Amino acid sequence: MELLWILIKILIVFAVVMFHVMYATYFERKVIGHMQVRMGPMRVGPHGILQPIADGLKLFFKEDIIPTVADRKVFYAAPLICLISALSAVAVVPFFEGFAIANINIGILYIFAMSSLASYGVVLAGWSSNSKYSFLGGLRSSAQVISYEVAMGLSLVGVMMLSGSLNLTDIVHAQMKSPFKIYLIPQIIGFFVFVIAMFAETNRTPFDLPEAESELVAGYCTEYSGMRFALFFMAEYIGMIVMSCLAVVCFLGGWSGPFDVPGIPFFWFLIKVYFFIFVYYWVRATLPRYRYDQLMALGWKVLIPLALLNIVLTGIIKSMFG
Amino acid sequence: MPENKAESKEIVREEVAYEPYTIAMGPQHPATHGVLKLDLELDGETILNCKPTVGFLHRGVEKLAENLSYAQTLPLTDRLDYIASMANNVAYSIAVEKLLGIEVPMRAKYIRTIVMEMARLTGHLLWLATHALDIGAMTVFLYCFRERENLLDMFEEICGARLTTSYTCVGGVRQDVTGHFLEALHAFTDDFPSKIAEYETLIDKNRIWLKRTQGVGIVSAKDAVSLGLTGPTLRGSGVDYDVRKHMPYDAYPYVDFEVPIGSKGDVYDRYRCRMEEMHQSNSIIRQCIEALPTGPIRSPDAPDIVMPYGEQKRVAADATFASGVIKLMKDNEHYIDGDVYVSAEVPKGELGFYFVSDGRGVPYRMHIRSPSYIHIGALPFLCKGQMVADVIAIIGSVDVVLGECDR
Repeated sequence: MELLWILIKILIVFAVVMFHVMYATYFERKVIGHMQVRMGPMRVGPHGILQPIADGLKLFFKEDIIPTVADRKVFYAAPLICLISALSAVAVVPFFEGFAIANINIGILYIFAMSSLASYGVVLAGWSSNSKYSFLGGLRSSAQVISYEVAMGLSLVGVMMLSGSLNLTDIVHAQMKSPFKIYLIPQIIGFFVFVIAMFAETNRTPFDLPEAESELVAGYCTEYSGMRFALFFMAEYIGMIVMSCLAVVCFLGGWSGPFDVPGIPFFWFLIKVYFFIFVYYWVRATLPRYRYDQLMALGWKVLIPLALLNIVLTGIIKSMFG
Repeated sequence: MPENKAESKEIVREEVAYEPYTIAMGPQHPATHGVLKLDLELDGETILNCKPTVGFLHRGVEKLAENLSYAQTLPLTDRLDYIASMANNVAYSIAVEKLLGIEVPMRAKYIRTIVMEMARLTGHLLWLATHALDIGAMTVFLYCFRERENLLDMFEEICGARLTTSYTCVGGVRQDVTGHFLEALHAFTDDFPSKIAEYETLIDKNRIWLKRTQGVGIVSAKDAVSLGLTGPTLRGSGVDYDVRKHMPYDAYPYVDFEVPIGSKGDVYDRYRCRMEEMHQSNSIIRQCIEALPTGPIRSPDAPDIVMPYGEQKRVAADATFASGVIKLMKDNEHYIDGDVYVSAEVPKGELGFYFVSDGRGVPYRMHIRSPSYIHIGALPFLCKGQMVADVIAIIGSVDVVLGECDR
């Protein structure tokens, strides 16, 4: 019975996440479109509301092209690694009180592990395509993920110290009991580092070097077509959603809000996640792209020292105020 | 036997010791602005060597011109720098006029100056759009196209075409501008400085933009001159050279404008130069509209199969070729033996036409000194030691268009 309940939960979360991924692409095009004095998709359905379905159908029926010199097995596996690890990370996210598929006590570490695995998919895609642009994209991705993973991990240490737990549900509970109700205020440096690392981790502008279209054509997914390309795309959007969830849980108090909305326990959680997703789009419409060495310098020379400083400060505050 | 094997292994290890990673950037690449191909040799992401290959868009304009009359070649010049074809039309016309010794009426001179500066704006707007897009600032791209669209609509109003304009002709311009056009353009110049400010809010002080452009692709004034750079690419290095100022043509002697100069010669300085140039072009257009004289728009002795205009129109209704009102190219007495080189300042730099004439009515040889071709020649110098991402920024900052390069 327990197992059945878990399966039902998985199905629900899977369906909801996939639906959000579909419409995340639509909202991205709409939001960026309006920021760029144009309309975005308008043709499929009223205001282009059915555009994601049309896109999905189109990608589904595209020819699946595999380069003759590609390493076939790895080439097949790479997008799946990306997608599966991105989806698995959703399992530990508590959407509202008592609702997480797996309420494990190392939730943060698990999400880190899964997002690192996703970067394996990117590296392998770049390697197995046997194309020079893909290879450079894969190299960039591995370097980027390694350096920003460190900053990201360190930025959350402050949250762990304050809450005394790695379990995401416990972190939210600890925040509700804290004086400010959210960790954003005591952990403002950590939040700053986390948000920047979050952009780098999900390969979004201004850190979208692995797929920088003006330099590397499409980076690691240059040689992918049809549904395999779509898998990378979905993985990227799920990654964005997971990272937004993590930011909401660790810094913005998860599902708690200024007042309770009866009947919709996940109301505040959704609002906060949407805020982060919107920031993703906003930044994409505004900022240029970093250069590879500048990205490394920012990660190692600015973010990691800041994250370490945050740990020290958090330790002092914790020892003084208990 | 085992010793031999060990030896051969060692030899192999020495052979594969080091080999640069080569990558062919282009001819199909999103950021090489057309069909430019760059063979890059990389060490990691650092450029060891860069070899441009051109000629993918060669159409033989220079050779075609040898079999066409001077008037017939004019539409071909639209296809040189197709982003700012008006400027090519003007450059070609003044070159032929110099060769044939034709004096252009004042009104035509002013109109040409207006369209030339409009072309400079369209060229610079497209440059800014693509340059920003290459560096990753996507929104600037669409903002620039919004204003470029207005300018192209105005081109359409005066000559019926947006890109391949063929608006000027030898001895003047093809048709007069309308009052509505002048009003619309004047309104545009009122608005345009605020639009430039809008682009600048997005990138001008942006830290990422500054990091990507400052100190990248530096070329000193001395190197810039010896590489033959012209236009904003040269002025970014601090060399004060502008054909409009130093060898004025059309109405440029009568308008007041400044030539913006950079200092360091990096991508950022070239960007600043072009941004300032847009302000200057805007002011030149305003001055020309306000000082636009009345009078004929075409020289009466223009050797062209012209549509007669003004008073000649009535005469021409009954005229034949033999009456001499309609002048044909090939039997015109203007043609001289000799050669002439005339250049004009187009958005990309100095566009020069070199004619060798033997008096037949068609050029014996026409050579186009296209700035893009020479700027592409400078790319190996500029790219050496930079990173892959910088190559994109540098290509954007020297502003090449392959239609002009390959001719």
